[in-house]
Amino acid sequence: MALDQSFVGRSYPPTEPYEVGREKIREFAEAVGDANPAYTDAEAAKALGHPDVIAPPTFVFAITFKAAGQVVADPRLGLDYNRVVHGDQKFAYNRPVRAGDRLTVTSTIEKIRSMAGNEVLDIRGEVHDQAGEHVVTAWTKLVARAAEEA
Amino acid sequence: MTAKISYADVEVGTELPAQTFPVTRATLVQYAGASGDFNPIHWNEKFAKEVGLPDVIAHGMFTMAEAIRVVTDWVGDPGAVVEYGVRFTRPVVVPNDDAGATIEVSGKVAAKLDDNTVRVDLTATHDGQKVLGMSRAVVRLG
Repeated sequence: MALDQSFVGRSYPPTEPYEVGREKIREFAEAVGDANPAYTDAEAAKALGHPDVIAPPTFVFAITFKAAGQVVADPRLGLDYNRVVHGDQKFAYNRPVRAGDRLTVTSTIEKIRSMAGNEVLDIRGEVHDQAGEHVVTAWTKLVARAAEEA
Repeated sequence: MTAKISYADVEVGTELPAQTFPVTRATLVQYAGASGDFNPIHWNEKFAKEVGLPDVIAHGMFTMAEAIRVVTDWVGDPGAVVEYGVRFTRPVVVPNDDAGATIEVSGKVAAKLDDNTVRVDLTATHDGQKVLGMSRAVVRLG
């Protein structure tokens, strides 16, 4: 069933703040095998001009994707998550995410289209810090594959 | 932001040092925990095959995280990345053995932009086939 086009432009309420922890950043950097000291050594990060350790560029996806769950799970939208694959991902940074940030995400449905039976959903997540300053915007394209004919 | 590469020193076509990133089942379990993405297609072979995949596949976001390292290792400061986007075009299949899979990533400067920024186009392959499309980063140089 085609997704409801009237959801285009709809924004969801900002998420509760996610506090970025130093050890969570370290855990993520280790998981991707990245030894850049800016992720684990506050002095190294400061030498680069950052107030504290920063997170790898894609770290914030865990936060924005969880926020996008509000959209994905919205029963009124009617997306079948079992058929969803991640199509595209993009980030635009105002500054890197860093330890101590308390981040909120506001998710908006940017676009809905049908292509060859697939439903394509574009979600934009605007990430702000505790001061209300914009940190990063994440765009996530989800593709719900066409249901098999019974 | 303090990139160790100077804008004046690069031109369109400048190649970034290529890198090879290994990925095993253990890597995927560790990434699942760190990222919070516990989708079983990334660790459960039985489940992956039931949904039509050839085997367990790497998280697309894992591949995305590895690919940008070609850029962040080049500039030194990961905070210099202004934009980064990819399209997930093919899965990276990770067999249950000690070798796992490898992701090969290369990059080159595709355009010099305003404010000391450049666009880097990345190529990520696995088994000789591209796994990311439209893989581009904009990075601010010194």
